[in-house]
Amino acid sequence: MDQSEQDAVTTRLPRPEPLAKQAAEPAGTGNVIFDVRDVSIWYGGFKAVTDVSMPVYENEILAFIGSSGSGKSTVLRAFNRMNDLVPGARMEGELSYRGVSLYGKDVSPITVRRRIGMVFQKPNPFPKSIYDNVAYGPRINGERNKGKLDEIVERSLRGAALWDEVKNRLKTSGLSLSGGQAQRLCIARTIAVEPDVVLMDEPASALDPIATGAIEDLMRELKSKYTIIIVTHNMQQATRVSDRTAFFYVLTDTKSDTRTGVLVEYGTTKQIFEDPQDSRTQAYVTGRMG
Amino acid sequence: MAVSADPQKVDLREPPSWRRTKNRIMTWLMVLAFVLVIIPLGLVIVTVVAKGASIISWQFLTSDIPVNIAPPGVGGMGPAIVGTIQITALATVMAVPLGVLGAIYINEYGGKGLLAQVVRFMADVMTGVPSIVMGLFIFSIYTLHFGFSGFGGALALGCLMLPVVIRSTEEMLKLVPDSLRQGSYALGATKARVTMTVVLPAAIGGIVSGALLAVARAAGETAPLLFTILTVTSVNKNPFSGPNTSLPSQIFSNASSSFVGAQARGWGAALTLIVIAFVLMVVARLVTARFARYSS
Repeated sequence: MDQSEQDAVTTRLPRPEPLAKQAAEPAGTGNVIFDVRDVSIWYGGFKAVTDVSMPVYENEILAFIGSSGSGKSTVLRAFNRMNDLVPGARMEGELSYRGVSLYGKDVSPITVRRRIGMVFQKPNPFPKSIYDNVAYGPRINGERNKGKLDEIVERSLRGAALWDEVKNRLKTSGLSLSGGQAQRLCIARTIAVEPDVVLMDEPASALDPIATGAIEDLMRELKSKYTIIIVTHNMQQATRVSDRTAFFYVLTDTKSDTRTGVLVEYGTTKQIFEDPQDSRTQAYVTGRMG
Repeated sequence: MAVSADPQKVDLREPPSWRRTKNRIMTWLMVLAFVLVIIPLGLVIVTVVAKGASIISWQFLTSDIPVNIAPPGVGGMGPAIVGTIQITALATVMAVPLGVLGAIYINEYGGKGLLAQVVRFMADVMTGVPSIVMGLFIFSIYTLHFGFSGFGGALALGCLMLPVVIRSTEEMLKLVPDSLRQGSYALGATKARVTMTVVLPAAIGGIVSGALLAVARAAGETAPLLFTILTVTSVNKNPFSGPNTSLPSQIFSNASSSFVGAQARGWGAALTLIVIAFVLMVVARLVTARFARYSS
């Protein structure tokens, strides 16, 4: 193999970009949609996460990264009041959504969850047909018109990049789908109610790289319409999809043997991965600590 | 390099050992236990079919019950079949909805609350109450005041079914994964909506088959009916007034008779009852399979 041939081979393959270069500057509207101030969350007597403060911007993807037990999912679930379902869970601090306190006295968690949807770590399609899975949300909102439902189901499945794979078997069980398809079905189910925000709790952790890629492409598309907050253990994923990143860390109190999560650093994804200000963030994003 | 004719082969056969012997012994013990279990079951069915099959005919299933002295081939068990269906159906209508609702309360709403604990405990206690005590209970609070009727028997059977339905439904609801409930909540569903549209449909197969098994059990109960319905010889179309009869009661009274004809009709009634229970079991299986369509 002479030199020119070698050049031809190497030039044909694009060199992988360094991680942080892939992350672009945030491109949302710049409006603050959530304002989190000094939020601490307890499960019974156990303080899971303490003093979290950050803004969340509209039409951006915000990634929560950090090791297990650092409170990422706990904070995520505070955004649509899913923690209310855990007996003994309690929150302190201020979490406002478009200027309204989410934990205000007259706020109904039901109404909150209709605007702020959630996709879970493990795909959880209902044991119903694919069609009924997607139509579930609109139906509980009172939509009975068959034509409208058909339209919503098709639009949502197209939005979740699943339509072409399932259009001929909408009446088969949602449980017959593969893991990646099931997760996209859950995303379709979530966007069928046209939420304002989509929360994702490690949506790709149970999926293979191809399905993960499909979900990530989908997230980038959904960003134009929705605000997305995603918890991920995969730092490449955070750099690939997110505009901003929040790094959580576990504080371990060896005396009382309690572990509490804290928000260590928050910034644009580019800044967090290229120029972390905290040594713990640096250690985590460079893979020296996990 | 030359390959030798017999390279060092790995011997993967299990070496003879005490462990292997133990395994053989235990396997044969299990086969023996299985055979021992099958013997009484097989004998019951063989005996009932041998003694009861010859008398079964359309006339047997529809005719009135004759006097005990009548020879085999005269009369039949019509009123007992009608009574059993009336009484069991009434008991089912009362006990199944109540039991399912109770289980929904215990599992979905009550949680670890005091009331749910009490209801669960009482259901357990009720499961252990002998059926004759349940019959006496209904006799004292209902039959003494309103007289013998199919409805009194249905009340007694309902009381027997209720705890069984509660516990079997609760077990089925527990099997519904929490991730489904959370998925529904995350779409903005209320608790009632989550229960009605996700939890119940996911568990319905098990709930229905559990309820049908309770019905089959109740259909074969004799003791609770002894002092609540008595026996009659012709069909009582009104289950709410006047004595009634049922297959188990009829088996009991015919078996205590010394007349050959009565005894033959008793065997026929026993076979009819077994067939009814068997049909319910088959229906329970079919229902479970039907509802399992979306769950695999």
